[in-house]
Amino acid sequence: MSTAHSQITETPTQIVFNRFLRHRLAVISAAILGLLVLLALAAPLIEAALGIDADAVNLFGRYAPASAEHLLGTDELGRDVLLRLLYGGRVSLFVGLTATITVAIIGTTIGLLSGYIGGRVDALFMRITDGVISLPVLPLLIVLAAVDLGKVGLPESMIGSENVSLYRIIAIVALVGWTTVARLVRATTLGLKTRPFILAARAQGAGSIRIMLRHILPNLASTIIVATTLSVGNVILLESVLSFLGLGIQPPLPSWGNLLTGAQETIWASPGLAFYPGLLIFVTVIAFNFIGDGLQDALDPRAQDRRGG
Amino acid sequence: MLSFLARRSLHSLIVLFVMSFIIYVLIGLMPGDPVDLMISADPDITSEDAIRLRAIYGLDQPLWSRYLHWLGAALTRDFGYSRLYAQPVWDAIIPALGNTLGLLISSLTLALVIALPAGIFAATRPYSLSDYGINLAAFAGLSIPPFWLGILLILLFAVTLGWLPAGGTADAGGATALWERLQYLILPIASLTIAGVGGHTRYMRASMIETLRQDYIRTARAKGLSESRVVLGHALRNAMIPVVTVIALDLGVLFSGALITETVFAYPGMGKLIFDAIMGNDYNLALVGLLLATALTLIGNLLADIAYASLDPRISYAELDR
Repeated sequence: MSTAHSQITETPTQIVFNRFLRHRLAVISAAILGLLVLLALAAPLIEAALGIDADAVNLFGRYAPASAEHLLGTDELGRDVLLRLLYGGRVSLFVGLTATITVAIIGTTIGLLSGYIGGRVDALFMRITDGVISLPVLPLLIVLAAVDLGKVGLPESMIGSENVSLYRIIAIVALVGWTTVARLVRATTLGLKTRPFILAARAQGAGSIRIMLRHILPNLASTIIVATTLSVGNVILLESVLSFLGLGIQPPLPSWGNLLTGAQETIWASPGLAFYPGLLIFVTVIAFNFIGDGLQDALDPRAQDRRGG
Repeated sequence: MLSFLARRSLHSLIVLFVMSFIIYVLIGLMPGDPVDLMISADPDITSEDAIRLRAIYGLDQPLWSRYLHWLGAALTRDFGYSRLYAQPVWDAIIPALGNTLGLLISSLTLALVIALPAGIFAATRPYSLSDYGINLAAFAGLSIPPFWLGILLILLFAVTLGWLPAGGTADAGGATALWERLQYLILPIASLTIAGVGGHTRYMRASMIETLRQDYIRTARAKGLSESRVVLGHALRNAMIPVVTVIALDLGVLFSGALITETVFAYPGMGKLIFDAIMGNDYNLALVGLLLATALTLIGNLLADIAYASLDPRISYAELDR
């Protein structure tokens, strides 16, 4: 293909990508986030390179200041802060992404069915959505997090598992988080289902399921991507709040939220302990919000026109 | 209008009833029960005693029958006894509710005083440097973990500068000076205000930008009105409609924020009370506290509906009355 034609033959993906690149904050955010994810993934390697054990307790070296051995000092049990932060990042980012994907799947399913089928199904789903939205989220999450899993009838082997707090928090967040995606998907589906291409598909004999999956779902992609990206930040915030309150990820498994538990007390001995985990949460959440904003501009041509760009 | 109000209130009441059952069930799923607590307090209780005690307190009854029993008592305003506070639940809740409402009202007022002008200012200069700055600050406010914000404020004003106390309240004695009581409020209010400003600013800005694009604004400009008359006299009233609705809808979010802030600053409000009740297995207190929080959120939603229809003459109550 000649260069003269490249302007015209730009694929839609390229157009979106180029528009995204114009949103400088979003690009910077994506870079920072990528770096954070890499560092978190490389935590075991960094641990080996530094030659210290992330879980090693040293009661003689509590609240040590930053040094060559402990780059960010040590915590109230003498563990290396930098490594705790990196391992906490693995947990927080994993919870954030997994819970968000779960939220997106539940929200899309409910929104799509609600919008496409309409009638009673729509009325029922929207009533449930209204109900969930009108709940005081945090107090309810705290009760859910305090529920005794044995009384719900989960098998003992599962409850005894080290990672149970991880799955519990993902389930809890997904349970209340799907409403935004569901509403947006429903609204978009309502707009799409009367469009001529859907009528054409139906005239050709396509069934409801085929129309929903092959014709409507691809057109929902940008709505879902933007809503999902914007909700990662909220999910990470929720996880961190619950973990901070002692109800989310349970120590010794570290997460950015539970590293701040008791920070009001340790703050007097070592301000850094109260500072770094929060900073990482803040940077991650704001980065996801900027990326979401950038994607919104890139995927919605209307928004771009308004900017005159 | 009246029938709309009646229907919506009825709707909210039904949701409240459903929620009371759900919360009752959830609290029943928390670890242990009151008799377990008695056993842990008094090792002399035998297993026969435990069975007898469960029968006395009705804990051997099926769930629905216990719920109906609780509901019957609750409707006569008998919510039982709080284990943590050693007084009737209602007596423990009233002062906490007062403290929280004080915190919520003052921080919401402050947040709006800052956010609305900032949003309007940014909207009238879209994509300028100041709009960019305000937007950035709003994003930061939305993204900062609220409990960490509280910790940072403690770090700055209590640990480093030593100007303000890190948490708690002044002694209940009436002799404490106003300033003394006030200084315990400053950091919680500041924390909750900062957490709320970002969202409101973005709503106000988006709504104002949308409004300024309307035809009647072009007309107002065409007849030579000054820009401030156009914005404040013509656009503002219409731009406020969605903003007011969102503020009312966000009462639940605000309450969640209060819970975090109160826990960080050990401020004796509803949020801390609910948190302590759940952590301390104070079932009666947790149940009523959660129901009050739900009621508050539902009232917010109701207010949002009323505000939406009464502020915008283009929307009739009949239309909202699906």
